[in-house]
Amino acid sequence: MKFVCMGFIEESKWESVPEEEGQRLMNECFDYDDELRRGGHFLGGEALKSAREAVTLRFTNGNVAVTDGPYAETKEMLGGILLLEARDLNHAISLMSKHPGVKMGPFEIRPADEQVNALVAERDAAFKG
Amino acid sequence: MTDTSAESVPDLVDSIYRTESRRVFATLVRLLGDFDLAEESLSDAFAAALQQWPREGVPDNPRAWLVSAGRFKAIDAMRRRARFDASLETLAQRIDTSENELTNEEQVADDRLRLIFTCCHPAIDPKIQVPLTLREVCGLTTEEIASAFLTSPPTMAQRIVRGKAKIRDAKIPFAIPSLADLPERIEAVLSVIYLVFNEGYSASAGAEVTRTDLSDEAIRLARLLLQLLPDPEVMGLLALMLLHSSRRTARLSPEGDIILLEDQDRELWDRDLIAEGKSLVQSSLSSGHFGEYTIQAAISAVHADAANAAETDWQQIVAHYDLLLRAAPSPVVELNRAVAIAMCDGPEAGLALIEAILQRGDLTEYYLAYSAQGELLRRMGRLAEAQSSFNHSLTLAKQEPERRFLSKKIAMLKETADQ
Repeated sequence: MKFVCMGFIEESKWESVPEEEGQRLMNECFDYDDELRRGGHFLGGEALKSAREAVTLRFTNGNVAVTDGPYAETKEMLGGILLLEARDLNHAISLMSKHPGVKMGPFEIRPADEQVNALVAERDAAFKG
Repeated sequence: MTDTSAESVPDLVDSIYRTESRRVFATLVRLLGDFDLAEESLSDAFAAALQQWPREGVPDNPRAWLVSAGRFKAIDAMRRRARFDASLETLAQRIDTSENELTNEEQVADDRLRLIFTCCHPAIDPKIQVPLTLREVCGLTTEEIASAFLTSPPTMAQRIVRGKAKIRDAKIPFAIPSLADLPERIEAVLSVIYLVFNEGYSASAGAEVTRTDLSDEAIRLARLLLQLLPDPEVMGLLALMLLHSSRRTARLSPEGDIILLEDQDRELWDRDLIAEGKSLVQSSLSSGHFGEYTIQAAISAVHADAANAAETDWQQIVAHYDLLLRAAPSPVVELNRAVAIAMCDGPEAGLALIEAILQRGDLTEYYLAYSAQGELLRRMGRLAEAQSSFNHSLTLAKQEPERRFLSKKIAMLKETADQ
């Protein structure tokens, strides 16, 4: 099963970490990603820039309104996603519990919607074909 | 090494995964002492098999190869991670140097038994024992278990996480209980297996009465347990489940409605399952150390022998219920005995017993008590009272097919009354 793991961080806290320490933490995460790769669990990932660089689009009264900033103004912001292959939800939980990233902020683990993804893949193939 | 063409290796690994992965897992749990680590090294071992077997050939004993690969991968992983957590090096050292019999057949067979006893340990919440056993011993996924128990995967996942944490924190051993503790511990395991079976055979809620996959899983588990531990009550439970299962196709109409034992088409009963169940009952009874599961199976076997409800040896069934009441007294057993008495001595005798149970305050929330009462009243021609008993039963029934069955009974009674 494919799971999407969303890592949240408190941006101000993360930015206050000294550079060297930040690098060390990041390398720790990369090393664990290697562990996931070894078992065939790491399918990919994307890191996100600060939520300050986000814009949010909303459809209201027949128009698209553009606002600065993220959709939800929370203390912790989405910092990146990781695509994980696991046997089931408990396997995903056990793999991500050991990820050093969890020390920096919470992970949200959600199963990928394979039904919709299959439709997308179909379109993709048709478009390329 | 066995010579196998490279193309067929993935299929072979796949089929070995289905048949062997839980055994390999159980052995890894023993060797590594940790569920998560065992699960990880299990998938590492299978990944290694997919890489190496096409090149190097399939080993003669794939299971032993997988165990040893999994153990090696785990030690390797712990050494790599030791820079994050120094305690892992010590652990890796211990696992690396301990002289374990990796391939000893007897030891490996026992590993699954150890795992069953661990998952059904009395320190674990009984609500968690069932899903934990299904996942760790039977290899069902969290999602499958959640759907079988009509709950969401996150809820089920949390229960399993709590169960595994309990095993770790309470240091529940991966061990077969000592002879002194064995009877009590077997009882817990049997009750988990029977819960799984009943959830499959007569689901506690929802649109359908049976979820065959769970019943099959329970039977598989009991067969495994019997193989490892030939105890009379294990035989009794397996027999009981086989005899129940023999009626699986006869007890539901094509529309999914319940058909009572007396109205079932006995041609549809599975004779092979009955034969196996009866032979197990015989073995268990002859041991002289049987208990409630064997007696229940013996009752079921008497039904299996009868060509129809009228020709059933009800005297013998009452005698078995007397025995069961002594072995495991409960109001439900009393109710069943009352129904059997009604078949021997007439509905009046049965009704008096049922009303005594209800007056005592027992089974007043149990829909089957009122539907049995209604049925006996109907046979006695007290139709208005029968109807009111069935009405009350309907207010207590939770499952759709049960409710349809009761509604039909009520409609039929109304029709008779109107004529």
